[in-house]
Amino acid sequence: MRLIAAMSGGVDSAVAAARAVEAGHDVIGVHLALSSNPQKYRSGARGCCTVEDSHDARRAADLIGIPFYIWDMAKEFHEDVVENFIAEYAAGRTPNPCLRCNEKIKFAAVLDRARAMGFDGVVTGHYAITKQGPLGKTLHRGVDISKDQSYVLSVLTVEQIAGAIFPLGDTSKVDIRKEAAARGLSVANKPDSHDICFIPSGDSAGWLRERLGSEVGPILDQSGNQIGEHRGAYTYTIGQRKGLGLSIPTPDGSPRFVLKIEPTTNTVVVGSREELAVTTMYGENPVWCGLAVTEMDQRGFVQIRAHGAALPCTYRFENNQLIAQLDEPLLGLATGQAMAIYDGDRVVGSATICETKA
Amino acid sequence: MLIYLDHAATTPMVDVAIKAMTQQLSKLGNPSSLHTPGRSARKDVEEARETIARAIDCQPSEIIFTGSGTEADNIALKGLYWRGKAVGRNLVLISAIEHHAILDSAQWLHDHEGAEIVMIGVDTDGVLDLSQLADLIAQRGDEIAVISIMHSNNETGVIQPVAQVVELARVASIPVHCDGVQSFGKVPLSFQQLGLTALALSAHKMGGPLGIGLLVLRRGLEIPALSHGGGQEREIRSGTLNTPSIVAFAAAAQLAMEKMQERSEWITALREEFSAGILALVPDAYINGAAAKDRLPGIINLTFPGTESDTLLLLLDAEGIACSTGAACSAGVQRPSHVLLAMGHDDRSARSSLRFSLGWTTTGEDIDQVLGVLPYVIERARAANLR
Repeated sequence: MRLIAAMSGGVDSAVAAARAVEAGHDVIGVHLALSSNPQKYRSGARGCCTVEDSHDARRAADLIGIPFYIWDMAKEFHEDVVENFIAEYAAGRTPNPCLRCNEKIKFAAVLDRARAMGFDGVVTGHYAITKQGPLGKTLHRGVDISKDQSYVLSVLTVEQIAGAIFPLGDTSKVDIRKEAAARGLSVANKPDSHDICFIPSGDSAGWLRERLGSEVGPILDQSGNQIGEHRGAYTYTIGQRKGLGLSIPTPDGSPRFVLKIEPTTNTVVVGSREELAVTTMYGENPVWCGLAVTEMDQRGFVQIRAHGAALPCTYRFENNQLIAQLDEPLLGLATGQAMAIYDGDRVVGSATICETKA
Repeated sequence: MLIYLDHAATTPMVDVAIKAMTQQLSKLGNPSSLHTPGRSARKDVEEARETIARAIDCQPSEIIFTGSGTEADNIALKGLYWRGKAVGRNLVLISAIEHHAILDSAQWLHDHEGAEIVMIGVDTDGVLDLSQLADLIAQRGDEIAVISIMHSNNETGVIQPVAQVVELARVASIPVHCDGVQSFGKVPLSFQQLGLTALALSAHKMGGPLGIGLLVLRRGLEIPALSHGGGQEREIRSGTLNTPSIVAFAAAAQLAMEKMQERSEWITALREEFSAGILALVPDAYINGAAAKDRLPGIINLTFPGTESDTLLLLLDAEGIACSTGAACSAGVQRPSHVLLAMGHDDRSARSSLRFSLGWTTTGEDIDQVLGVLPYVIERARAANLR
């Protein structure tokens, strides 16, 4: 096959590209420039978007022996990921930008462009597995559960999965690093990137404050009594306990948690741990990674964070909503996050959480 | 098979230059040393200087060797600005289509030295607007420290009216610097006849090695240095002279002069054949600067509507064809060309443009091969254009 390997400059995508070449594919390396004004150097373990990272990607492509280009996706990234991130927070939800990037950039803008140019698919260094089944390619968890990235890929359609190649899913991260070293890739010991790549300082709250302002608003308890003030409701997350700065303790001294964020009134509501409990979640804008979910109840698992637990549940699709009923209540669930449904290790699909019930 | 149509980026070294350089590499001697090997190296440098002086029609003592054309541009623009500033002239005039060596130097002078920069526009064919320049000189002639206009544009190949610029500047005693990097060895270029104050050249664009350039700076005119040290090259460019590259530069320059007429004729013919072929295959494509009076023989800059140049580059590269957008990269990301924007392009059409540059190794077969794959490449690129 003729493939585009998306190369971030990190160890995973470098080994993925090398493995694709070894499997006999005709591979071209592409680094996605996601910032129109990239920083020169990496700071800490954040990001994949600096000039230094693009240099690392280029050197890896040299060593693997494949052509290398940089594609300017800064405009698309800004519109589809960064602006979406800000808008979601402004609306009181908690988005996952990595998921959005996979959905809109890596397996949309890049894959579409690759296909139009005569390529068959896109190779990435994600820890996930695709399997060829009777009804087409299906998406599964990678074998290294601590690194499994199937959650951030759960937004891919059948069409997108068909064009996705994940050569690393059958290997642990530790072994990928060893393999990178054995291949002579200089990025073998490069630290993993985490946090949000377009917020190099790592200070998401400060970053959001710069863009959304820091209008002071009330922190209320469940009965509506004001017990504190905040500087921008959107910098809080449901379930958050630290950094509330509340001076009035609860009668029994138990901690308070963020229960609700109301952007229209710029209000944050806090309450007890018990009040965080959620048993049913509702998701909108579903994407199916295979056969569509129906109104019939199915048993499976739901995952709501990139490396969160797989929670046993009963799920169905009804009135345009993906509904999951948890066997055990969950504490702290923010709307805007993705709920990914699993059948064993297979990703069934996902939706954006729009409502939760106790 | 590789088809190399990026001669304006760099062109293969000619055999005489490779030979001259290789021989010199095994020769000992710092040209600044007083002993026998030093004197011998000095002799080689001075002979090369005389050869190059004949090729550019300047005096040997007017040549200052540098590490690149960019360095020569920096020395000239900054040096002439400071010289003017010392007598109260703070204005720098450049064309809007200058190479980044001039553009960014001017920007630096603005940011760090307080220079006022005015960019002279071009018409839709990419030719300098002489009337704008004349007006500025008439109104503010005694404020202008330096005028810098390139001899020919590196993206479009359009030759600029440098002689007229010098004529206009002379009246107000304004020094004129010229970036002659793309023109040297390809079209007649005489420092003397043009009446320039300074001229920047580079070896690797005309068959010499990478990493050697020169500044022709009118005799007797002194400007502040950018790098200080051993006092070489009129104390304007300190640093041990790069003898192997200098002798190779001279060998390439001499050959280029001998072959100029002949090469110019057949490269122009190839370019015309190529242009006609492209326009026949892609009817909505158009050549930028096509109507300009004078162009370099080897450069064709085309806009292919509905495509993106980086997609075109990738697809052509996959077919073994090397060409370029001609525009500068920022961290490997293509930016819309400031040259095409100055010629009236919008962002989108500027991003749909490609530069093919033919050179002394280009054959008719190369052209035919490109024409053979072009319809496929354009079709793919249009399909991939998602914006």
